[in-house]
Amino acid sequence: MRLFDHKYGTITSIAGPLLFVHDVMSARIGEVVKVQTPDNRQLDAEVLEIHGDTVLIEVFAETHGLDIKRTSVVFTDSVKRAPLSRDMIGRVFNGSFQPKDGFPMFLPEKWSPIAGFPMNPSARARPVDFIETGVSVIDGLNTLVKGQKLPVFSCAGLPSKEVVAAVLKNARLIGGKEGAREEYTTGHASDFIVVFAALGLTFYEYSFYKRVIDDMQSGFVAFVNMADEPVMERLLAPRFALSVAEYLAFDKGMDVLVIITDMTNYCDALREVSTAREELPGRRGYPGYMYSDLASLYERAGRIRGQQGSVTMLPVVTMPEDDITHPIPDLTGYITEGQIVLSRELHQKGIFPPVDVLPSLSRLMQRGIGKGHTREDHRHISNLLYKYYAKGRDLRRLEAIVGRDGMTENDKEMLNFADLFEREFIQQRAGRRSIIETLDTGFELLKQFKLEK
Amino acid sequence: MTGKITGISGPTVITDIKGLKLYERVFVGNAMLTGEVVRIEKDRSVVQVYEDTQGLAIDEPVQSTGMPLTVRLGPGLLSGIFDGLQRPLQRLKEESGPFIRGVKELSALDISGKWIFHAVRKKGEQVSTGEIIGYVKEGPFEHYISCPADVKGKIAWIAESEIHLDRPIGVMEDGSEIPGFYDWPVRVPLPYKRKYSPTEPLVTGQRSIDFLFTIAKGGTAIMPGGFGTGKTILDQSIAKFADIDIVVYAGCGERGNEMAELIEEFEMLADPWTKRTLMERTILCVNTSNMPVAAREASIYTAVTMAEYYRDMGLHVLFLADSISRWAEALREISSSLEELPGEEGYPTYLASRLSGFLERAGVVETNSGKTGSLSMILSVSPPGGDFTEPVTQSCLRTSGAFLMLDTSLAHRRHFPAINWFQSYSLYGAELLEHHAEKFMPEWEHALSTCKEILQKEEELREVAEIVGVEGLQDADRLLMHTAEMIRMKFLCQNAYTDDAFSPPARTLSIIKEILDFYKTADEKLKQGVQLDEILNEKKNK
Repeated sequence: MRLFDHKYGTITSIAGPLLFVHDVMSARIGEVVKVQTPDNRQLDAEVLEIHGDTVLIEVFAETHGLDIKRTSVVFTDSVKRAPLSRDMIGRVFNGSFQPKDGFPMFLPEKWSPIAGFPMNPSARARPVDFIETGVSVIDGLNTLVKGQKLPVFSCAGLPSKEVVAAVLKNARLIGGKEGAREEYTTGHASDFIVVFAALGLTFYEYSFYKRVIDDMQSGFVAFVNMADEPVMERLLAPRFALSVAEYLAFDKGMDVLVIITDMTNYCDALREVSTAREELPGRRGYPGYMYSDLASLYERAGRIRGQQGSVTMLPVVTMPEDDITHPIPDLTGYITEGQIVLSRELHQKGIFPPVDVLPSLSRLMQRGIGKGHTREDHRHISNLLYKYYAKGRDLRRLEAIVGRDGMTENDKEMLNFADLFEREFIQQRAGRRSIIETLDTGFELLKQFKLEK
Repeated sequence: MTGKITGISGPTVITDIKGLKLYERVFVGNAMLTGEVVRIEKDRSVVQVYEDTQGLAIDEPVQSTGMPLTVRLGPGLLSGIFDGLQRPLQRLKEESGPFIRGVKELSALDISGKWIFHAVRKKGEQVSTGEIIGYVKEGPFEHYISCPADVKGKIAWIAESEIHLDRPIGVMEDGSEIPGFYDWPVRVPLPYKRKYSPTEPLVTGQRSIDFLFTIAKGGTAIMPGGFGTGKTILDQSIAKFADIDIVVYAGCGERGNEMAELIEEFEMLADPWTKRTLMERTILCVNTSNMPVAAREASIYTAVTMAEYYRDMGLHVLFLADSISRWAEALREISSSLEELPGEEGYPTYLASRLSGFLERAGVVETNSGKTGSLSMILSVSPPGGDFTEPVTQSCLRTSGAFLMLDTSLAHRRHFPAINWFQSYSLYGAELLEHHAEKFMPEWEHALSTCKEILQKEEELREVAEIVGVEGLQDADRLLMHTAEMIRMKFLCQNAYTDDAFSPPARTLSIIKEILDFYKTADEKLKQGVQLDEILNEKKNK
């Protein structure tokens, strides 16, 4: 411990967000540093590397206007922490945890390092509690459970924000041994709360989300980093959001749904910073440690054995060039427990939500459905729907070659099924469907067809 | 010896201690973080720290231990859950809560625990290194205590019945002691007398593996697959059902929720072979993706050393790692923080030699005490973008004995386990055939080749069928397509969530036999002029 702040004016070089400072006494790795600019602004920064008394500092803001002579840095002797309190509920902050809604800062109840601590794997509880999103194609075929991380893989131009908004508006938890009995929605119960992190959002997108959040009248905490705000904050905002989520979940026993949009902006920020640090680039220029870095965010979702509260995560990833093997969706898919993939083709057909069922998957679904969770026949209905739709989709290729007239009756039925499945089951213009309605819709659909295999 | 930290960059720390040895373990900083010396220069050494370095300050102390990174080997490892540095996670949870913060030094074994010792050697007898002096019962197993290296001579005193691990179990006439446990460097394989070629199959309970691509006890297999191809489910199914004494499961850089699921299931489920709970035969070594990267690199060595320790009791041990790609990535991160010249895709050039060195720790051996034990390895690989030409898959291919390729398109069709039957192979097949013919079914070889042939022909016919439709094919070809579908749906597919998840050899054989018999009789009937539709109708009505 040092008794007072150390202030230095010994900067030797500045490159992008990086500063080299000389003659520093006992710096700490990850230590928070305040940079005072010649025009008296104060910027947040962090110690990145130490070599003897030379320290490399990374600044979390635009570094224009800095110089070597008049800029000074103050070492604070502590690592970056997030202020936490129940009072942050209903507030909007920027990527540096400063209020963005015009109200004063709250008084923190405690401080917690923003990187969090890894959860002891033997303390984790297996996610099994069904979350009803009100979206048939998610509830019925790719069920979300409490403590899961399930990303939405979107493409540029697809309505990912409308899909997220639909989930935000309609998500509710269904508890109790009987299945669909006790329920509470985002709109009602105070124990279900949304933590929203917007990374590199345009003003247009932000105002859309803002309206959704305002309409929800429920608990939320928002962190907003706009497209023209510092790139470094894009790396901080999700960590603040998750620290808040962990606090609300495991200190206060709430069920927290964390929405992060858009992870592609996060990864691009990571690449930008990594390049500035002159690190060796990996695939497509993204740093080699991107897997571990993404995992340090995604893995903070979960539940603890014998404790109330949960962190569920719904990140949005926009796939560059619609390519699911691009490093961002690829590494995300390796860490998360499944994915919801949006399809351009369905969107063109005017179907909303345009979820492509075939590549979508929820790995934790098997434990969250069936008797005691949703309904006994859930697994059976969902398997049949998937199987016939996959077959129908397969036959569409054949249809393109031989034409519908050249196909057997059964194959034609299968094609009709696929069309109707898209129009009646996936398509869901207005309003939510409860899980019972979803399963009934699926069952009715299956009844209409006499499909052999 | 103590020194100071003079530089920090991510997980690497530079210190001014003199007289360090390469790969020696050191304690770094006031928090006593574990590190390993990875480079020594004249007046400074580079230390790889296995924990989060956040908050570490310059000038904090560094302490040398004179020992390399070790694992603790002794009774009580079974049903344990450890992290990459062999810290017991259950006890850690009791001490510091559900999150791993500021890690304490905790012994992997509960040293204060009591055990009942059965001596097999007596006072006054001559023993030497590697010889068994007695055993304790650990679950269903006899856990042998043997004479450590450098100890030999006449026994002056040997314990009877109750023992404590922190006290010696035997004392020699020259005063040297036989302890209940010992520490062994993780990067050094445990010694054995000689290695044999694998001759016995490892029954996994997965039909596609047991029948098409048999793995041998003491053999190695890799399972590469993109995300969503069911690697983890397959890995876990094998861990549950394999015909093996002990399973060591290394969860290396994967999901925490999956590990939670595994732990809960293993505590509840029974081993289908012995009916005891699975946890009793399992050691978990878990380093999830959000735990420190450098410890992930060490974790597979920690796990495999424990596996070798039980192999030396004359047991059959299966080592599973999910996934070895995460280990390779950890190696890459460490290598790049040491500023080494990168090889292919940024991986260090020693990736292939490290991997082959690691895979060679598998095998059937005669132990130093004269028993026969085996260590088999099944490693899953997560190739980026599902592209198998990447360095980790390719390096593994050169040393592993079986290649089980998990196919994304099969997974999309919900064909699980998604093992591609054209690309996968097993080098053990030929050697095990004899064993199979003798033990299970005399016509095994014939059945296998017929099955492969049908699947191969189906692939050729499928292209034709896509154009002319299945109805346009000749009856013989349609029968073949029908049979191939039966093989795929009824034989190769196995739902991991039903009773079918485990298929004992008898069931595996009866299913394939039934399908091939049907094919044979139907084919004969076709030749006699019976219509295919008639045959199929008849089968349906049965």
